[in-house]
This record gives sequence, C-alpha cells and structure tokens, in this order.
Amino acid sequence: MDALLLSLRLAFCVSAILLAGGLPLAYWLAYSNWRGKFLLEAVVALPLVLPPTVLGFYVLVAMGPRGPLGKLWQTFFGHGLAFTFEGLVLASVLYSLPFAVQPLIASFESVDRKLLDASAVLGASRLRTFWRVILPLSIPGVVTALVLSFAHTMGEFGVVLMVGGNLRGVTRTVSIDIYEHVQSLEYAEANRMSLVLLAISFAVLSVVYAINRQVGRQIGRRLWTPWAAK
Amino acid sequence: MDTVGGEVNASALTVCVQLQRTRVGSVPFLLDVSLQFPPGINILFGPSGAGKSTLLDCIAGLVRPDAGRIAAGEEALFDSQAGVNRPPQTRGVAYVFQTLALFPHLSAEENVAYGLDGLPHEQRSARVEEILKAFRVDKLRARKPAEISGGERQRIALARSLVTQPSVLLLDEPLTGLDAELKAAIVDDLRAWNASWRIPILYVTHTREEVDALGERVIAMDHGRVISTGTPLEVLEAPRHKRLAQAAGFENLLGGTVVDLREADGVMRVRLNESRCEIEVPLGYAAVGDRVHVAIRAGDILLATSQPHDLSARNVIEGKITTMEPRGTLVRARVDCGVEFVVHLTPGAVRSLDLAEGDRVWLVLKTHSCHLVEE
Repeated sequence: MDALLLSLRLAFCVSAILLAGGLPLAYWLAYSNWRGKFLLEAVVALPLVLPPTVLGFYVLVAMGPRGPLGKLWQTFFGHGLAFTFEGLVLASVLYSLPFAVQPLIASFESVDRKLLDASAVLGASRLRTFWRVILPLSIPGVVTALVLSFAHTMGEFGVVLMVGGNLRGVTRTVSIDIYEHVQSLEYAEANRMSLVLLAISFAVLSVVYAINRQVGRQIGRRLWTPWAAK
Repeated sequence: MDTVGGEVNASALTVCVQLQRTRVGSVPFLLDVSLQFPPGINILFGPSGAGKSTLLDCIAGLVRPDAGRIAAGEEALFDSQAGVNRPPQTRGVAYVFQTLALFPHLSAEENVAYGLDGLPHEQRSARVEEILKAFRVDKLRARKPAEISGGERQRIALARSLVTQPSVLLLDEPLTGLDAELKAAIVDDLRAWNASWRIPILYVTHTREEVDALGERVIAMDHGRVISTGTPLEVLEAPRHKRLAQAAGFENLLGGTVVDLREADGVMRVRLNESRCEIEVPLGYAAVGDRVHVAIRAGDILLATSQPHDLSARNVIEGKITTMEPRGTLVRARVDCGVEFVVHLTPGAVRSLDLAEGDRVWLVLKTHSCHLVEE
C-alpha cells in the first residue's frame, strides 16, 4: 500500500506542476512566430522517443552531487536530489512533459484565430483573451493533459528506477513494487498491484473520453485525444 | 485625397495606406488606398481578392501597413511617419467578421457584454440591455450562438460590436447568406442606430444585390486600388473596369477593336473579336485600332424573330439561338452571332414568340446599353 500511495502522491504533484508550467509553454509554442520554435518543439517531444533509461541516466547525472542540479539543490536545501522524492518529481515532470504539452498545443491551435482577433478588437488584452476565450475552449485539451500526465507518471518505471532507486516509502512506486514482487516470485502480490494499476488506467482513460465527448458537444469543437487521427 | 460624398467631417475616417504583400507562389499584392470615409454607410465593392478585407484589417490594427496614416476624426490610429501604431484594443474600431466570430462558449448576453469589461456592473448591464433591444435580440440573451438562427447571430454580432460605442464600424460581408428581406431589416436597424451615433460604417461586399439594397456611397476596389467612387448608379451602371463589370453582373463582356470614331455623334464603332459583328457604343477614350472591352447586360438586349425596321436603336445583329435554359423566373438564351451573346427573356416572351433552339433571331442593342470597360 505504501507504494500505491507514493505513486498517487507523485502523480498528483507531477500533474499539478505540468499544468502550471505547461499552459504558458504550450501557449508560447502554439502562437509564437519565432523561427527556431521547431527546436524547442523537438526538445519537448524528446521523452516520447527516448528510452526512459537514457533520460533517467542524464537526469541522474545532473542531480548527482557533482551535477549542476544536485549542487544547486544542495546549496538551497542542504541535501542531495538523487534518490529523493523531490528528485523523482523533477525527473517525472521532464518525462511526462510531452503528454501534458502536446494536447494543450493541439487544442490551443484549434481555437479559431478570428475569435482571438474579435477579442482583441473588443479591447481584451492577450491575458484576458487567454482566460476568457482560449482556455474555456481548450478544456478538453486541459483535461487530456492532466489525465495523461497523471496516468503516465503512475505507470512510470525506467526513469524512476534510474533516478529514485528502490527505497521503500520514498521512491518505491507501484511499478517498481510489482517488479520486486515478480523478482521474488510473489506472483499473487504482483497480480494484485497490477490489477489496481490496470483498473486505475482504464478508469482514467474512460473519464477522458467521456469528458471530451460531453464538452465537445457543448462547445462544438473537434477534440484532441492522443490516439485519434489528427 | 478623394472624399466620398463631398463634405469633410470631423468624425470621418481618413485612410491612406500602402501595403506590399509577397506570398510564395503568387503574384505580389499591393494595397494602395487613399480615401476619406464620412459618417454613414460606405460600401466597399469589388471582386474577391481586391484587397477589401485587408484594408479593413489595416484599419482595425490586425495588419500593419508598410506606410501611411489612418485617423478617426483627428485621432491618429496609425501614422508611419510619427511612429504611431495603436493596438487593436485601443483603436475604438468595431469589426464584424464574415464568420461573425461569436464566442461559442458564451451566451448571447455574455458575448455582447464582452467588450465592456472595464465598466461597473450596473452600467454594463444597462448598455447591454439597450443594445439587445435596439437589435431586437433581447429574448435570446441566455442562448449560445449554436442555438440561434443565422440572422439573429448577425444581429448579436452587430450588437456586440456597437455596444462598445466605437468611432468606426467595419463590416466584412456580415450579411452573406441571408435573404433580401432579412438583410433589409437588419440594415434598417443599423441605420436607425447610426442616425444618433453618426459614425463611418465600412461595409464590404462583392455582390451587386447588396450594393443596390444599401444604396448610398460605393467605393469600387480591385487589385488593391480604388477604381471608382460614387453612387451605386454611377459606379455599377457604367463600370469602367472589366473585373468590376463581371462582378456587377454584366453577362456579356466582349472583346473588340475600335474601327471608327464619330466624335460629332458621340459614338464609335467596335468590331467584336473573331466576327464580322460591328456595334456602335458611346465614345470613350480610345483611338481607331485600340482593343477594348464592351459590357452589356443580358437583360438590356431585345430579341426579335423577324428583322426589325424603323428603330431608334443603332445595333441590330442577326444570329441563331443555340441554347435556352430556364433560370428561375427568366430564360437564359445563348445566341450565336459570330460571337455569343447571353440574352435574358421572360418565360411569357418565349411562349408568345414561340422561340426554340435553332431559331433565326435579331438582337437589338441600344448604343447606351453598351458600356466600354477597361482591362
């Protein structure tokens, strides 16, 4: 049970951070005219194609006592970052970044530009246009982003193992717990945890599709889900 | 600078813009307009791609011109020399797009109140109430745009723009797709509103029916330039421009060569391309041998089944009916006279003359029904 609670706590933290950081980042990626934008787009999408161990390895190195992040953390908080819950949050945020940012970009981009022009002509600042027009019309994208980063973090294995190790109550998440059980041939225990994870994942995705359908009908817009044809 | 209508008004919109646009794979487009729009409805008329919407975008501040000056009354909105370029938010210019761009997630009332953010709540609801009534949509306040009919959506879009008390109103084909009666009713309400506010309204359209219905001043544009200004009659009845003639509904647009000038009679003779057909048209700026275009309305052509005599009309051309097709309340006949003419007939005339495809006929054209147009 420790492992499940830890995974939930981790997933909540990561989703919250990704929402807060993902909104401005996605806004910028959706509307900026900067020429070099494709570079940042590629960086954001990198975790999609990179093996988790590669990402985990570099994050671990950066967080280590001699890495830049590790040193910084040490100065501010007096202890290292590797093999801690905070380190795990940071690594998971990076790893789940595309799952939060891409649905947001897609839904921001599908907002009719004429609505933004109309809002500007009616005197609304960019910030107000964002809150009053873009965000309400992107609710399905926001829900998708939240749920995907949550579910993805819940199921994460490779990065967690590299960065967090396997410390009970600190960094041993559900997926690592399952791995442990299988290694020790405790199949019944492994099965129990796996079923819980399966149920959570299924419930979460059902919610995404249900909300998308419901909200989509209300605002009459094409919606983004990761597996729908673009 | 041209002044449409004559008087210079304190609240007139002064526009003088140059904008060069180059797109990959297309001809560079140059917008070059210098005009003053007095209060009241000013119709911007011209074929699509003439630069009408781009001009509106420049005035609203959505597109930045390369050079020029835009001023509402005395107030400069854009001035390339003085370095003024006010953002759309502070221009006091209202803009109703062709798609209307109502916010789909907000109710009609919330849409209309959108532009009044800075006002105290009571003042805001009073203004919204007043404008909803003026445009007869106060009963729809709680509905979302998707639950409202086309004509009502257009009224709400107008109300949303005008509630901000703008100093200029831009309308980009806002009434497309409405029937004439509904259009007229909305325009009447707009006129009634403007009777007290007296602001310049720029109304973009590419259909001739709307120009006729709206009356007042017409500014004809093509290829990014103003090509003529005046009353609808002046601009549309005698278009000097080929593309404008097409847009204004001249079904016959014939190329030809000037063969004879008769200055004393105020006429000249034009031989139509690839035929021996010669017609007499009013004298224009042309010399013998010049290539010209002649525009003739299909409804201005008379048709006779025997050769007519003793007519004042100067042009009688023999030909043969090739096709006849009913088009609503009229019949469109194509007549081959060496060149092809399109002639509009009433179904009654077709019956009483017993016209059929293949019949030998004579076309009768008055000299002043033939309009000389420029390329």
